[in-house]
Amino acid sequence: MIAQPTLAAATEDAAMTVSMSAAPTLIGTLDPDLAARMTSRRDLFSRAAGTLGALASAPTLLAVASTEVFAQGLPGQVVDVLRFALTLEYLEAEFYRTALATPRLIPARYRAVFTQLARHEAEHVRLLQGALGGAAIPPPAFDFTAKGKYPDVFANFDTFTTLSSTFEDLGVAAYKGQAGNLQGTPVLTTALQIHSVEARHAAEVRRVRGFVGWDGAFDAPLTKAAVLAAAAPFLAGGA
Amino acid sequence: MTRPASSDHETECGSAVRARRRFLKSAGILVASTAFLELNLSQAFAQRGATLAGGTVDLGQGDFAVLNYAYALEQLEAAFYTQVLQQPYRGFNPSDEQSLTGIQSHEVAHREFFRSALGGNAIPDLQVDFGRVNFASRQSVLGTARTFEDLGVAAYNGAGQLLRNPDFLAKAGSIVSVEARHAATIRDMLNPYSASFAGNDIVDGNGLDRALVPSQVLPKVVPFVLTPVSASQLP
Repeated sequence: MIAQPTLAAATEDAAMTVSMSAAPTLIGTLDPDLAARMTSRRDLFSRAAGTLGALASAPTLLAVASTEVFAQGLPGQVVDVLRFALTLEYLEAEFYRTALATPRLIPARYRAVFTQLARHEAEHVRLLQGALGGAAIPPPAFDFTAKGKYPDVFANFDTFTTLSSTFEDLGVAAYKGQAGNLQGTPVLTTALQIHSVEARHAAEVRRVRGFVGWDGAFDAPLTKAAVLAAAAPFLAGGA
Repeated sequence: MTRPASSDHETECGSAVRARRRFLKSAGILVASTAFLELNLSQAFAQRGATLAGGTVDLGQGDFAVLNYAYALEQLEAAFYTQVLQQPYRGFNPSDEQSLTGIQSHEVAHREFFRSALGGNAIPDLQVDFGRVNFASRQSVLGTARTFEDLGVAAYNGAGQLLRNPDFLAKAGSIVSVEARHAATIRDMLNPYSASFAGNDIVDGNGLDRALVPSQVLPKVVPFVLTPVSASQLP
């Protein structure tokens, strides 16, 4: 019988793992080159600030995705956020794709819910890939058993929905935590539009599990480091 | 039947990137207190909401207007759910009660947050009118709730870019996802375990929720608000 992990518990657990093994962060694992880019991010951001005026007229993230705009220098800070978001969307998309392809995992009465979740996560992946263009990271290999901690993730609906709930709440907190890094850029609104869809997902999965859809009147954000620590155990090559 | 509620509009955007980055480096941002917000508001923005001649409520400009905009919407929602709980519809079961009681308490908390944060710059209580709602009908009540919640999500999504102060953006972010949880819940109550909680009628082909600016949101709430509201300084 597995423990029912809450988001906080998952985060705490992952944080312990990271501190014990000095595991690379998710982003670091996926893209060794990113560290170098991040060191120059401040310079990039300063230079790119001059292009924000032009970007501001772009109504959607897709518009920001054009090669031309990237050539002008999308702020490194924004690229970082988009790659971070893409990582989480890869995780969610693969999670639901696998679940829907697994016979007898999802009861018929809930299949429409998880089909809709899978659809949105796949759409988010495509949107972010398009926005990043050549700067997009490839999908990593995932281990949804978290190295054997959840061996029945795709055999036991309760385990599956527990992780689903964790991932959705993690996504909500992750996007929320990055809003400040996107303020003043046209990407902010698009990120908020993803954020609220993730929150809809989070509420619905909680209801499928028999709970109300929230913790309280205000949702807390999580830092990038906390999110990556929580996600690290599910990366096949990480942690 | 009319009752005081509260509702509001939005503000404008800015690009205080440097200030934001500094702010994000301080851990306190995520738990910024109401008192802190009020202090910041008073120092940073001179424009405030006011009641104009003829009883029209003006939201003001700048971040004040955005916060008053959100305050107005939260007034509307809080008043609505309070009445829903006072006049339970036919078929008001324990599950519905649990959900609607939670949502009502959240909307009141949101309303009180903005009232406190705005302090003397808050718009007055708005007069609401739910005459078009049949409070005895589950379908009418939840249908209205769905409209309010979906609209609230879209309003916050569209208002983020109008905020200049990163404290306010963080706070708005902590509210909008709860509104989205409400929207999904109400939709699920109407169409249990269907795709409706994030249906294709509200989420587009890129997996995006709606984002609306005040001039798109306000006409949709006018039927429920008797007090004339002016958002002339907002897009």
